[in-house]
Amino acid sequence: MKEVAIIGIGMTDWGELWEKSLRDIAVEAALKCLEDAGMDKVDAITVGAMSGGLFNAQEHLGPLVADFLGQKFVPATRVESACASGGLAVKTAYMEVASGLAESALAVGVEKMTDVDGGEATYALATAADQDNEAFHGITFPGLYAMMAHAHMKKYGTTREQLAQVSVKNHHNGSMNPHAQFPFKVSLETVMNSTMVADPLRLLDCSPITDGGAAVLLTTVEAAKKMKRPYAVITGIGHATDTIALAQRSDILKLAVVEKAAQRALKMAGKSIKDVDFAEVHDCFTIAELMVMEAIGVVEVGKSGPAVMDGKTALDGDFPINPSGGLKSKGHPVGATGVAQIVESVSQLRGESGKRQVKNARIAMTQNMGGSGASSIVHILEARS
Amino acid sequence: MVGIVGYGTHIPRNRIKVEEIAKVWGADAPSFKKGLGLNEKSVPSPDEDCATLSVSAARNAVRRAGIDPQSIGAVYVGSESHPYAVKPTGTIVSEALGACPYVHTADLEFACKAGTEGIFIGLHLVKSGVVPYALAIGADTSQGAPGDALEYSAAAGAAAFVLGSENIAAELVDTHCFMTDTPDFWRREHAHYPEHGGRFTGKPAYEKHIDGATAAMLEKSKMKPEDFDYVVFHQPNGKFPVNAAKRFGFKEPQYKHGLLCPQLGNTYSGSSPMGLAATLDEAKSGQLILLVSYGSGAGSDAFIFRATDRLAEIRDLAPRTRKQLDEHKIYIDYGTYAKYRRKILKPE
Amino acid sequence: MSQHVARHWRKNAERYRLEAGKCTKCGSIQFPHRIICPDCGAKEFETIRLSGKGELATFTVIRVAPTGFGDLAPYAVGIVKMDEGIQVMGQLADCNPEELKIGDRLITQFRRINEEGKTGMIIYGFKFVPDVGL
Repeated sequence: MKEVAIIGIGMTDWGELWEKSLRDIAVEAALKCLEDAGMDKVDAITVGAMSGGLFNAQEHLGPLVADFLGQKFVPATRVESACASGGLAVKTAYMEVASGLAESALAVGVEKMTDVDGGEATYALATAADQDNEAFHGITFPGLYAMMAHAHMKKYGTTREQLAQVSVKNHHNGSMNPHAQFPFKVSLETVMNSTMVADPLRLLDCSPITDGGAAVLLTTVEAAKKMKRPYAVITGIGHATDTIALAQRSDILKLAVVEKAAQRALKMAGKSIKDVDFAEVHDCFTIAELMVMEAIGVVEVGKSGPAVMDGKTALDGDFPINPSGGLKSKGHPVGATGVAQIVESVSQLRGESGKRQVKNARIAMTQNMGGSGASSIVHILEARS
Repeated sequence: MVGIVGYGTHIPRNRIKVEEIAKVWGADAPSFKKGLGLNEKSVPSPDEDCATLSVSAARNAVRRAGIDPQSIGAVYVGSESHPYAVKPTGTIVSEALGACPYVHTADLEFACKAGTEGIFIGLHLVKSGVVPYALAIGADTSQGAPGDALEYSAAAGAAAFVLGSENIAAELVDTHCFMTDTPDFWRREHAHYPEHGGRFTGKPAYEKHIDGATAAMLEKSKMKPEDFDYVVFHQPNGKFPVNAAKRFGFKEPQYKHGLLCPQLGNTYSGSSPMGLAATLDEAKSGQLILLVSYGSGAGSDAFIFRATDRLAEIRDLAPRTRKQLDEHKIYIDYGTYAKYRRKILKPE
Repeated sequence: MSQHVARHWRKNAERYRLEAGKCTKCGSIQFPHRIICPDCGAKEFETIRLSGKGELATFTVIRVAPTGFGDLAPYAVGIVKMDEGIQVMGQLADCNPEELKIGDRLITQFRRINEEGKTGMIIYGFKFVPDVGL
């Protein structure tokens, strides 16, 4: 396998982009990325999107994006793993380059969620759960994570404040991210008093509905060196699946899928979690970030709540998590999230993150997750000059 | 010999008081309570209907009967609020019990009498030897038009009876019936609420048929009211059945166990069947029960049952009807009631 | 209104009668039905019926309900540890969601789950109610 580098990154602004269509957003993100890389042609394209079909009545996104990006006859693949579609797109682009099948591969993550009304968007998102055994009973995504939160609070004494602090921290970071959907700080009180969605999770514990795109360009390290530009290397990838239904997990208090994916990625990179300087994780709900912290080994099981309160994962803490603002503040256009985690990581590793810059950022971890913990893809990236 | 081998009821947990309904329409609650002999009624949740109540009642009946559902040869569900106008409730119930596929199934309708129709047919089917066991269910989640007198009484409940010729808990002594074409209460297809003839529902309707069937049954069986330990009449309100009892000389101790209406409301096809079930919860071996139902349109079915030794043995294999009626009630307000009963106009 | 007749009909045995599969090789119980036992890989199951009784392992209260479930909101959905040892997700009925506690004893009851519009199919299944002997 060849070593793979990321030489270009780009993303659109994220939010309710009424004037932009699905293809507009994909193309804009991709063009910014190509411009950043100083390239205008790619050998392969991977599109990460959860459901062009349910959100936009549009499938066949591979050729759609290749066509509108002006990449005639280029092979293009659309991959899906619910909210981990973006991470999967990056992994797929990696495989194209690592295998030698393509010299350069563009991974584009995109989701246009506001062309349908709220009810339909919720329905589309629920297809990541077990339709016949979970959604059938009237459960929603906040509900699934709320059940995990409830059990976590009962067993480990995790508090409402600790959950809310995740949101406060991520908003603090996101307030410095020009692309974020909600680039403003929120107070603990605001989070704790927001509308209850599914006990114990409130509105500000939940990531929003967002339109947005992000793209990264992968090529061989050999080619990257020749360009004499800053690049990052993907040194580890871990991918795992677990039961689609929450009730069937061996332990509903453990995101085993994340633990497995992280172990595989770190093993491939020849690193341990202690070597990682910061992580972009999948905070679809505040409880998810807490449980991911435990799964990747940043804290002991049950101890994530106090750690967040202590500032361990703040921008200036021991192990910064979600310097971008995370899904909560940056937004969560489903298929784009995983790619944007890579975009942020590369920006940080290049030292280009301005006010959000993590000090001495040399090794990054991105953790993308699908459903209630049914799939997860973890990447390890390292800075190279 | 044929009779009841198992019986069971199911009542939704929600209740609404007469005061709560009267308040909304500016009616005088005390006079409604006195005039109708009603205090409160049961209300089905949006996730309950005639099929769900039937299944729960039937499961209790099968539990008391102690039989394998596969041995049930016929299932009849009587209701005036079947979930579908075309698609049987009986097959849903049969499937839920595990009685399929070798089971004769039919949905019955005759206003409030549809439950006892199933009992009548089931008993005679078993008697003819065609099936070893038949299951008859009376279940309803009927609607009362907002602001109408019937809104105070239209309630929800189900009673189910496993009928057979072995392990009988209440032996059938005899049956009779009395029918005429009398338009006291009806509902046209596609109409959401029924309509009725006001005071016409009394003497020419309820009274004529209840009295006709009761008199004919007493005559045929050569029995007098004092021979019976219990009597159960159809209970559209708390007054009609008490007056019927008075007309024949039945006394309060005879009808009080089976009189559920004041706390339950009128469960239509479930009405007299549930009264019978509550009576079976009390009856001692050898005691006689007279059951006379009434369905608008109009007609009455009459039955005489005699309790056996076995009744006391099976009684507590499932929850007693009074326990379902009196315990763990959830009181709701009129707004919740209107929402649950889909009386609120919502966008499509 | 689109119809999904077969998709729900084929789940009747499971949803109406709580029919589960017991692996003939390792005894593991699978609900819903599977072709391959996830514990031992065997492909032969014997049909059993769950008792419907269990203990509430965790739950949430849905206040923002998906389409079709609005009339019941707020309602609780939980994961129940059945007496047979397996975990099943279901909606909770006949209870005040504010009074529920992890550890409560529950029992299943046949209920209406959803409908495909006012003129479409009614979908029945099971919900959990407090096990109070009614």
